[in-house]
Amino acid sequence: MLKLDKLYKRYDTGDEALKDVTLEIPDGQVLALIGPSGAGKSTLIRCVNRLVEPTSGSVHLNDTELTTLSQGKLRSARRRMGMIFQEYALVERLTVMENVLSGRLGYVGFWSSWLRKFPKADVKEAFRLLDRVGLMHMPDKRADALSGGQRQRVGIARALIQDPELLLVDEPTASLDPKTSRQIMRLISELCKERGLAAIINIHDVMLAQMFAERIVGLRFGEVVYDGPPDGLTPDVLTDIYGEEDWEATITPVEDDEDTDTELTEANGA
Amino acid sequence: MAVIETSQGPEWKRRTMRQQWYTWLGWLVGTAIVAFSFKLISDKTIWFFVTDAGTQAIDMASRMVPPKWSYMDTLWLPIWDTINIATIGTLMALVMAVPVAFLAARNTTPHPTVRAAALFIIVSSRSINSLIWALMLVAIIGPGVMAGIIAIALRSIGFCAKLLYESIEEIDAKQVEAVTATGAGRAQTLAYGVVPQILPAFAGISVFRWDINIRESTILGLVGAGGIGIQLDASISTLSWTQVSLILLVILGTVIVSEWVSAKVRHAII
Repeated sequence: MLKLDKLYKRYDTGDEALKDVTLEIPDGQVLALIGPSGAGKSTLIRCVNRLVEPTSGSVHLNDTELTTLSQGKLRSARRRMGMIFQEYALVERLTVMENVLSGRLGYVGFWSSWLRKFPKADVKEAFRLLDRVGLMHMPDKRADALSGGQRQRVGIARALIQDPELLLVDEPTASLDPKTSRQIMRLISELCKERGLAAIINIHDVMLAQMFAERIVGLRFGEVVYDGPPDGLTPDVLTDIYGEEDWEATITPVEDDEDTDTELTEANGA
Repeated sequence: MAVIETSQGPEWKRRTMRQQWYTWLGWLVGTAIVAFSFKLISDKTIWFFVTDAGTQAIDMASRMVPPKWSYMDTLWLPIWDTINIATIGTLMALVMAVPVAFLAARNTTPHPTVRAAALFIIVSSRSINSLIWALMLVAIIGPGVMAGIIAIALRSIGFCAKLLYESIEEIDAKQVEAVTATGAGRAQTLAYGVVPQILPAFAGISVFRWDINIRESTILGLVGAGGIGIQLDASISTLSWTQVSLILLVILGTVIVSEWVSAKVRHAII
């Protein structure tokens, strides 16, 4: 259970990115966070693992209050939160395997990580995850030699090898083509189900959000303006979140898409 | 940039009339300074010697050929010393430059005060030429190869650290953010987020500086700091021009080889 209470963030520039956001995310819930650019979506998930320090308010991950942790304690708390990034944020000059294993850095000492001597169990788990995300054949490829979709799969494996309780996902599909976007979103939501993981997914694509999330939170100017099920996103609600626009075309039948798409992945996975 | 409103609509010129006048004035003053300086230098030059230059050069060249090939036997050891001064000096400099660079880079320095101290080390090392370092070191630790090595090292710290910290400041911050998010410690974040990104720059800087140091170490002997410069100094003072020409040829050969080696190394790494 993740609990944000009156989370407030003001940047040094004076911009108020989050205005007293209160949210509760039960275990295993996949939540999509939508909203226009600059609404505070990235700030929100970064305030959870304190890549951005919140100005006030509190964040509870189960029993741990995250905002007051010392640096050392924060590091061990970060191990419980996997993060997936917009442009993958892999270490480009390291191999796929090294990138995946870097998810274990919080668990191993400096010298073992410097010498790449990770525990056998970690390496085994890394292989298992690579197999799960469909990259079993390329552990020794350098990250900069991969395609966008493959990179994001490595990013997912890196987050999962942390054995997290929560996934923070920042625009996972923003640099991917439509088909790869769906495959990545499906992979993330399947993995969340398999492991009973809660996830906050920032996403621009409303249709993808509706397809893969069980709950949608709409953010505008740092405030929650919608919190409800995917099918509650009416044109009026979208206007509240994003502003005036013709929304009819965006909310196309969701089920049709899902069917054709499942076939696509199956064909692809074979 | 100037937009001028005319009856035929707006017109665009690169400079306003005023800026145009200042530009011309600038050129006028510049030309005047050059002409005046030329006159100053010309008044203090004994033109008789300059008109004589061609004949003098030919005369010296004729006394330089043929190079005294038999002198080569005495040159093998000094050239070996020269290469060692450059190589060991560069290695010592790199060992010291790496920590200084991390302390000097804005994104890795622990504290602004430490950064200021690191920048001061860089500036002071760079502001003193190797030859002057050598001059002082010969006085302190006596003549010989050791003085040369330390002189090269001291001069190179600043150069290497400066280029290295600039490349640290240019790294992709997202990769570092991603490593931090896994719960990695400070040192691990540097090792996984920063080091892979600067490795190509580090290799390039090292061979580039080594290449420069080969050339610099050939003259250190002039002040007694070891290497082939000692023979050069001795040959010039005894007017043995055929020996001088052979030494110059040997230096040329060494520099060509070092250029070739560093080009190969840079190519292999990047």
